[in-house]
This record gives sequence, structure tokens and C-alpha cells, in this order.
Amino acid sequence: MAYSNKVVDKFEKTLKDPKAASVGRWKPGDADFDKVGTGIVGAPACGDVMKLQIKCDDIDGVKKIVDAKFKTYGCGSAIASSGQLIDMLKGKTLEEAKEICNQEIVDILELPPIKIHCSVLAEEAIKKAINDFESNDEIRKHNQ
Amino acid sequence: MKPIYLDYASTTPVDPRVVEKMQDCLTFDGDFGNAGSRSHSFGWKAEELVEEARLNVANLVSCDPREIIFTSGATESDNLAIKGAAYFYKNKGKHIVTSKIEHKAVLDTCRQLEKEGFEVTYLDVDENGSISPEIVKEALREDTTLVSLMHINNEIGVINDIEKIGEITRDKGILFHVDAAQSAGKIPINLDSSFIDLMSFSAHKIYGPKGIGALYIRRKPRVRLQALFHGGGQERGIRAGTLPTHQIVGLGESFRLAKEEIDSDFKKINSFKKRLYEGLKDMEEIYVNGDLENGYPGIFNLSFNYVEGESLIMALKNIAVSSGSACTSASLEPSYVLRALGRPDELAHSSIRFSFGRFTKEEDVDFTVDLVKTSVQQLREISPLWEMYLDGVDLSKIEWAS
Repeated sequence: MAYSNKVVDKFEKTLKDPKAASVGRWKPGDADFDKVGTGIVGAPACGDVMKLQIKCDDIDGVKKIVDAKFKTYGCGSAIASSGQLIDMLKGKTLEEAKEICNQEIVDILELPPIKIHCSVLAEEAIKKAINDFESNDEIRKHNQ
Repeated sequence: MKPIYLDYASTTPVDPRVVEKMQDCLTFDGDFGNAGSRSHSFGWKAEELVEEARLNVANLVSCDPREIIFTSGATESDNLAIKGAAYFYKNKGKHIVTSKIEHKAVLDTCRQLEKEGFEVTYLDVDENGSISPEIVKEALREDTTLVSLMHINNEIGVINDIEKIGEITRDKGILFHVDAAQSAGKIPINLDSSFIDLMSFSAHKIYGPKGIGALYIRRKPRVRLQALFHGGGQERGIRAGTLPTHQIVGLGESFRLAKEEIDSDFKKINSFKKRLYEGLKDMEEIYVNGDLENGYPGIFNLSFNYVEGESLIMALKNIAVSSGSACTSASLEPSYVLRALGRPDELAHSSIRFSFGRFTKEEDVDFTVDLVKTSVQQLREISPLWEMYLDGVDLSKIEWAS
């Protein structure tokens, strides 16, 4: 598979320094876990599983993504696509993040056509994570 | 740094001794003649070289040189053996037996014959990947004309008991074709003392050039094939086309060297496999695909659970290996061979084939052990499945969105 240098770069940096590349997790019991939304997409049998977590905060009355973490099982471009998604997320409002489209990732990483599904997976991951956060938020509000 | 080559099952570099012989058959100063030219010394010399090569092939596998014909490679040999026999004996029956883990050259040929009205039985393999003679026996029918099975599997290195299976087919008067692309020159083959009727060979798997192979066609009892290529009547009319002298000489020399070095090559390769396995076996969640004890050691297939194979290959960037992962195949399907073993798909996605050969060095293996350990560790660090495994989550119980 001939990948662009951008995919290779992203992949290698992620492996070399996972922390700097936002690899990680928030788990129940962690401080602020109630501010975290989690999206898991893909399946082991298909060779791709992406787990994305976003941490959101109210800033000036707007919900913003203040931090994000991921873990990905999959081919090099799936790992690079997750990292790329993280770069695009941080600092965005939830509304802005909802607008993220897989084609942006395809363009930035110059993904070959056979790997476009990796970017689709990334888009699904952020949609699911936002969804998770918002439904938890509903419950929180309801309980308050 | 040039990557370490551990993909000998895919192809091998041509042995420099083979190249030297081939070079002598190309230019005006060399033996460039057409072996079919009967009227001058250029042709006679070429014919002499071709016959010498034929003898070298026959010597490696203990048969009569008149039982060897040259083809463009094992794919053509498989096509010629299977289609040629199926067509020739079609009035006797139209049933063929093969297995689920054959090379595509056999499987796709069988699929084509199915389209043409033949019936094919695809045998299951056991969990190690081998085909039991009993299963072959049970699959045979009145109208079976041919059984086609591989000797060594190209992905997992499992070795089939072709002697035993040959006894069964001969007893029933059914032809037995063996694809020996991965085994010739690697493990002993004796056609004189076995009941094999057709055998396919490739040069580029044993340090010869690409684009040349051979087919063994038994003379006693005589096996007849319908030709697929028609033309100048070369190779006794079974395979027309001008004989490529340099290619044939390359094949012959590679087979001659293989006969000389089969024991030393095997010993070396076996020690590499042991060394690699010793180095890796204490890692958590690794699985051997194939037969650890009895498989051919030059093909060693391991699954590193919770790590996807293509990403592992990318991390092992200074090592040339292959994977059964879907992501490395054009079809985006995981290896059909590993699936046939009954392993879950994720283990196929996580598989790496290490394949050693004549030019592998011990330090290559040591380098590989270190790099594999580090890379698997790094990739597990970023794998959500590894995290779940460590948390004690049973992954098979999760409902995954597809």
C-alpha cells in the first residue's frame, strides 16, 4: 500500500509518542468523567475499531470540546485518520464539530480511494461521541 | 537501510550462480539459438541446454526427464494440469476434488471449470490446516477424475501427506495433481516411489527467475492432457511456444542447486524459525497459524491478537513480511486460508507471515524479534481492543456495529 507521507508521518508520530498524539482514555471514576462523551465504531472482524472520547465544557454559554483522546485498532490509515480527527476537534464547539466531514480527512491525509472508509469511520466516531455526550447531558440536566 | 527480506514464500532473489548461467544464453556471443531449430548448431546447442535443464528438474524430484515439460510458471502448470486433465477425461466423469486452502491458481481454475459444467468439491481442512487422507477418500465419487492438492501451503506452511493421499487416488484410478510451488527444493520429493500423476513447479520460489515453471506428467501409467496452447508443437504438443532457453537454463540451475543445498538450506531455515519462535513465544496473546511442530519452517505464520496486521507491517518498516489482513489485500477480505482454519476473522486480520530463505542471516532474525516485540507493544498501547482485553471484557460478547 503506497501511502502519502502525511499518513506515514501521522502514524509514526502516534507510535513514537502516543501521549502527545492524544492516545489515551478517560474512564468512569476519573475527575470530570461526566463531561466526557465516548464513541466506538467499527468491529474487530472487519479489522477496524475506533474509540474516540471528547471532553466538553461550557465556555461563555457555548459547549466546546476542550480535550479529546482516542485509541484505534486498524490499518495505518485508520490510525492516522483518528489522529487527524483529533487535531481537527480541539477547540471546536460541538456545533462546529458536528459539521466535520470525512472528505476533509481524505484531503488532508491524501488517502487512497481504497482507504476512504477509514475517514468515514472517523466521521462516525465523532458523531457518536457527540451523541453520547449530549444524551448524557440531557440526563444530567434532568437529574439536577 | 535496505529492509530485511522475510518474504521468501512470495518470491526469492535469483541466486547469482543462476544468473551467470542465464546470461550465457542471450547474446550473439552466447547460446541464443532456438531449441526448435533442427538445421544448425545454434539450435542443437540450445536444445542441449534445455535437455540438461530438464534433467536437473527430474533429478530433484526423482522422475524421468521425459515426464517434465516447461511452462511459464506454476500458475500455468496448475491450469494445464487441472483443465487439461478435466477436459481430456470429461467422458469418464466431471467431478474434481480440491481443498479450501489451495492457491488461487488452483481455486480460480476450478471455479472456471464449474462454469463450464464440471462439479468441484472443496475439502475442509483441520485446525492446523492439513487435509486428512480420510477426508479425501470420503469425497471421491464414481465420476471423480482428478484430485488437486498442494504440498506445502503458501500462507501457513502446513505440509500435506501426498504419499498417503496418492495411494488412495491410485487405488481408485483417479488422477492426483500436486501443486509443489512451495515445496520443490525445500523438502524431499520422490515421484518414482509415490503415486502422484501431475506436479506443478515454479522457478522463482527457489532462487530461479520469474516467468518459468514446469509440469510433471506421469508416463507410467500414462496421463493424458488436453493442450491449452496450440502452435509449433513444442513440448510434445502439450505446450506450444518457443522455449525460452535462458529461463529454462535458470530454472534448471536453480533446481540443480536446490538438490545440492536442500539439507543445508532446511537446517538453516529451521534454526531461524526456532530462533524467531523462541524470541516471541512469551508474548501475550500470540497464536501460531498452521502446524508448529510439523509445518515447513520457512513459512511461519503468527497472529498478534488486538493488533491489525497492516499497521504492524507499517511499524515493521525495515522488515519485508506479508499479512493475511484484509487491508493488505486488493479485495479487502481477510485471508481465506486463515478463515478456513476456523479462526475468528480478527486473528486473520492480526496475522503476519515470516518467510525465511537461503540468504536470511541469524542477525536478521534477532533484529526481527526485537522490532516485532516493540512494535506490537506500541500498537497495543493504542488499541482499544487491547484495553478491553486488559479490562477483562469478553470481546465476543460485544455487539459491534458493522
